[in-house]
Amino acid sequence: MWMGLWQVGRVVTRGVSQVEKKGRHQSIARRFYSDESSLKKTALYDFHVQNGGKMVPFAGWSMPLQYKDSIMDSTVNCRTNGSLFDVSHMCGLSLKGKDCIPFLEKLVVADVAGLPPSTGTLTVFTNEKGGAIDDSIVTKVNDKHIYIVVNAGCRDKDLAHIESHMKIFKAHGGDVNWHIHDERSLLALQGPLSQSTLQKLTKEDLSKVYFSDFRMIDINGVPCFLTRTGYTGEDGFEISVPSEHAVDLAKAILEKSEEKVRLTGLGPRDSLRLEAGLCLYGNDMDQDTTPVEAGIAWTIGKRRKAEGGFLGAEVILKQLSEGPPRRRVGMISTGPPPRTHSEIVDSSGKTIGEVTSGGFSPCLKKNISMGYVSPGSHKNGTGLKVLIRGKPYDATVTKMPFVPAKYYKSS
Amino acid sequence: MAASKLWASQAASMLRMRMSATKARSSPSFGFPSTFYRGFASVIKDLKYADSHEWVKVDGPLAAVGITDHAQDHLGDVVFVDLPDVGTTLSKGGTFGAVESVKATSDVYSPVSGEVVEVNTELNGSPGLVNASPYEDGWIVKVRMSNPTEVDSLMSAEQYTSFCEKEDASH
Repeated sequence: MWMGLWQVGRVVTRGVSQVEKKGRHQSIARRFYSDESSLKKTALYDFHVQNGGKMVPFAGWSMPLQYKDSIMDSTVNCRTNGSLFDVSHMCGLSLKGKDCIPFLEKLVVADVAGLPPSTGTLTVFTNEKGGAIDDSIVTKVNDKHIYIVVNAGCRDKDLAHIESHMKIFKAHGGDVNWHIHDERSLLALQGPLSQSTLQKLTKEDLSKVYFSDFRMIDINGVPCFLTRTGYTGEDGFEISVPSEHAVDLAKAILEKSEEKVRLTGLGPRDSLRLEAGLCLYGNDMDQDTTPVEAGIAWTIGKRRKAEGGFLGAEVILKQLSEGPPRRRVGMISTGPPPRTHSEIVDSSGKTIGEVTSGGFSPCLKKNISMGYVSPGSHKNGTGLKVLIRGKPYDATVTKMPFVPAKYYKSS
Repeated sequence: MAASKLWASQAASMLRMRMSATKARSSPSFGFPSTFYRGFASVIKDLKYADSHEWVKVDGPLAAVGITDHAQDHLGDVVFVDLPDVGTTLSKGGTFGAVESVKATSDVYSPVSGEVVEVNTELNGSPGLVNASPYEDGWIVKVRMSNPTEVDSLMSAEQYTSFCEKEDASH
């Protein structure tokens, strides 16, 4: 066998999960040599390496897969204490102008107009067929400013999409412009110690900043964008900081937590989001998957369901009324952990779907996975089988999140 | 260099004590061949090694097979080992199972041809043995070799050590 960290990094990378079947390692290693010289680095690259980060290619960036602790330990520590992630590879942008809200509403399913100022939400950028171009957090800073974060792997595609629509919108007299925040870095602080740790670095009363709230405040003496959100199911924050202050902020957070919050890499990040039942774009959602199929129809604002007005609305609204042709489910299974593309069969042996993400849950100590199945097989408790290397293993449809969410909500 | 050898033999003797404390069921006694440490991963002197990071311990007509310390270290926490059935015929270089970590699946390749006579069923309940004891309690299969001379084309401990060094340096 040979499973170097580089191959493990590729497994984590969206959509490339066939590598484990490829056999000999030499051909895989050769592919990596040519990638590595052109990989982008975040402002924290040297900091990661100094702290024992094992760097792997991810979406064109050199990112830490893990540090000195194992993926299992790191995942458990996030939920026990906390984790600090460098997610600067993701792309932050601001849309500005008096028409930025109606402009964005053409491209996403969210009720952006209905968002209270200084709050955000998860949404999906759709294409004409109702499929997902990307998932994203959009935040209404105020009526003339929307702050958006999109996936690193979709950056070029998303920006081209937004730009082409912006040209048409402006040609019709619409007032919108954008700024891409390449001058900023993004840190994610997640876990039960997030608030107490961050509170030591800011005067803002964080106990009044609830899940999905947004603030522009000084943290560690530097103006930052703060959103109470994350990708782990834990309470936490994403902090956008000018890149020249990113390392200092990371150091300050770790220090103020008395080293209980640990630098955490993409390996544990993927385990955490899977335990939280959150989609990974590229695996659990793609251009051919609608938000209804993906089980995130809640992201479609009520007014948007009534009015449409976003790309692919006809397809999506039809699925809402008639039911989608397939549904995302969570599963707990026996045997080896299911991996992407493992077939799902029903009790009679008929193929009814496939796994899109799977692994061993460090917190639950069980195999967890997500996949898509035909309608009728999607109800919680349904007994299915997953085929792994030709052998069937028992699986049960399970409600997600697998690990209970701990979002900091006001009620 | 001398200091590190001293540390290595102290560590090896601690390891030996831990091994004898755990009951090694259904495995022939390995004795405890001398160990030397290459950087962080250990390499056992009397075993033979494949370039796909499996080790072989020959005991008469039988060969015990597992993955090396270097392999388990790179793989991370093992959560499942897919064992072949007893009686399966293996060919040298062919896959005979898989080792799963939290994040990835790794095929295991047989360094020798022959028939599987025993599998380490302990790994069903304790897959972590592959990490804790890759050369002892973490053994995976025992093969009755059909062509014992195949072992001669495998690497010695020294050859495997420099093979790993070259591989790690080139990344």
